[in-house]
Amino acid sequence: MEKRVTFKGWLLPLCLIAPQVVISAVFFFYPAGQAVWQSLFIPDPFGLSSRFVGLGNFEYLLGDPYYRSAFVTTAIFSTLVTLTAMVPALFLAVLADRLVKSAGVYRTLLIWPYAVAPAVAGVLWLFMFNTRVGVVAWYLGQLGYDWNHVLNQGEAMGLVVVASSWGRISYNFLFFFAALQAVPRSIIEAAAIDGARFWRRFFTIVLPLLSPTTFFLLVVNVVYAFFETFGVIHTITSGGPQQATTILVYKVFSDGFVGQDLGSSAAQSVILLVVVGLLTVVQFKYIEKRVHY
Amino acid sequence: MQKTAFGALLAGTTMLSPMAAMAETEIEFWHAFTGRLGELVAAQVESFNNGQSDYTVVATHKGNYSETLNAGIAAFRAGEQPQILMVFEVGTATMMAAEGAIKPVYQVMSETDAEFDQDAFIGAVKGYYTTANGEMLSLPFNSSTPVLWVNRDALDGAGIDPDTDLSTWQNVDAVLDKLKDAGHDCPLTTAWQSWIHLENLSAYHDVPFATKDNGFAGLDTELALNGPVQVQHISQMGEWADEGKFIYAGRRNEGGANFRAGECALFTESSAGYAGIKAEAQFDFDVRPLPYWEGVKGAPQNTIIGGASLWVMAGHDAEEYEGVAAFLNFLSSVDVQAKWHQDTGYLPITIAAGEKTRADGFYDANPGTDVAVIQMTAKQPTANSKGLRLGSFDQIRGIIDEELEAVWSGDKDAQAALDSAVTRGNQLLRRFEQANR
Repeated sequence: MEKRVTFKGWLLPLCLIAPQVVISAVFFFYPAGQAVWQSLFIPDPFGLSSRFVGLGNFEYLLGDPYYRSAFVTTAIFSTLVTLTAMVPALFLAVLADRLVKSAGVYRTLLIWPYAVAPAVAGVLWLFMFNTRVGVVAWYLGQLGYDWNHVLNQGEAMGLVVVASSWGRISYNFLFFFAALQAVPRSIIEAAAIDGARFWRRFFTIVLPLLSPTTFFLLVVNVVYAFFETFGVIHTITSGGPQQATTILVYKVFSDGFVGQDLGSSAAQSVILLVVVGLLTVVQFKYIEKRVHY
Repeated sequence: MQKTAFGALLAGTTMLSPMAAMAETEIEFWHAFTGRLGELVAAQVESFNNGQSDYTVVATHKGNYSETLNAGIAAFRAGEQPQILMVFEVGTATMMAAEGAIKPVYQVMSETDAEFDQDAFIGAVKGYYTTANGEMLSLPFNSSTPVLWVNRDALDGAGIDPDTDLSTWQNVDAVLDKLKDAGHDCPLTTAWQSWIHLENLSAYHDVPFATKDNGFAGLDTELALNGPVQVQHISQMGEWADEGKFIYAGRRNEGGANFRAGECALFTESSAGYAGIKAEAQFDFDVRPLPYWEGVKGAPQNTIIGGASLWVMAGHDAEEYEGVAAFLNFLSSVDVQAKWHQDTGYLPITIAAGEKTRADGFYDANPGTDVAVIQMTAKQPTANSKGLRLGSFDQIRGIIDEELEAVWSGDKDAQAALDSAVTRGNQLLRRFEQANR
């Protein structure tokens, strides 16, 4: 039976949701509206004049093969970041969950990387993989592998994926760990008595029970990969070599703040808004069906 | 001698500063310098503030070049623009096109009746920042030009005479062969590949980088950097990269670390790399003129500059502009310029500052520091070597970087890469033209 709480009258509920509505209006609807409006113009950088071009900015963008390839790059990048950030996090959470002694220490250590800002994380990883002085690059060189993410597109992509995912693993770990703690011991024990081994118990009982958390993290991580990885990419590769790591949000930046082309930049952020909106709808419509609450 | 006198003057005037703090008109100056350069700018500003009591210049660091330009643009949109904004040379076209946002320097000077002689400035420096009619729009501040840095010990170690002639790329090619044969890991590296190996290459060989006098004559300019001279040079560099003779380190000046550590034998980099190389290099080094291709008609012409100039923003009071004029005149005065040139390796922006530096004996005491000046001033600039004035140029450089990376990694040949850079860059030029019609 579903329990419903109803309010008498309108005033109280309106007051209760008002702060959220105001915040959304000021920080989301207003700027988003501005972006949509600006995407119809080609303004000069100083705002002295601007020409109405209708959908011209969108036409220009979608006709540009390099913009279209940024979609592919973004898809690859986001998938890799989401996987790299979630799978190890789950693995570590399962291990930490099994610990009896000093679980707190491991937990704390595993959470630390989350405190590092993306741009700083980018610089740290760049240091390790610097083609000249990087520790890891040096060891790879000793093994006979010539690491050069400055020219090698695959290596550059790998590096930004790892640098973007690293701090995120901590965040995901926290959620997975909390969710694992909430799995009822009695069910697991019952399965164990029935003779199910650890991995069997994990896949048939634990994983399905984790699905709400996994789904939440999936949405959050995809959004992260789309928008918040800018700092990492900017510090490590600036979108290169060639355009190997130019994701959509990086292109918004480089057109808007390097090229001062605010019309194109605004149009791109509108496209990005639509893409992420669609993606979230798809996630909620199709993947959520497989989530058991 | 000069330095100590200046220092004493500074120290003396610093003590007076509390009294000068009450000065009337405040002039804001946004710049992009940190570290040693930031200190030197602060010293210049302090010396100006203490030298008179009508104006106070407040210098603020606003991030790197791109960030400073963006801060200026955002401030203008909010009506909070500073009086003086430092803009790097590739932002010149953006600033020029913003007619209502800037106040050309020649106008500031004539309206305030300040003494101002455009002819005192070095032609190749001035040319970058003047209109087609020869009117100066912004005041050149820090200007440098690319040169060839040589690790003499590395050449010696490979059995090459360190004094060997490296004035042509043909000679460099032979030296690279010998270095490679001797097992050297990094015969040649570079900083700022587009600036040195395309923009300056074009000017130095008197071929256009873009149509319409490199953009000086109109917004409807198109890139022309896929001509035979450029293609031949880039394709040669691609071969060197393939054979391990040219090591690509990155889009900016990452290669500098390799050179200063003694890992690379030859390094093409700005003359302003001087301070860093002098401080860090544990080997004998040399500054040589940028090499040119022998046999190209007109080469070597002159190289062009990189660096920044000071733009005066519109929308301030007449009184404030008088302060701006006084400050700009102070900055371009002979003593201030000569000291700046000697401290930083940037070019002296006036002829007199260069002559004073020579008279001071600085070039004799620091051989090679005048190479850049000579390279810039040896010939009267042509339409191809006056400079570049292209919209969205910062981003076009990004495109050129991408295409050059495709050549260094062997994904594209030089012709295909440069053709593609032209096509993609032209799109941005057309966007810029539309935005600034």
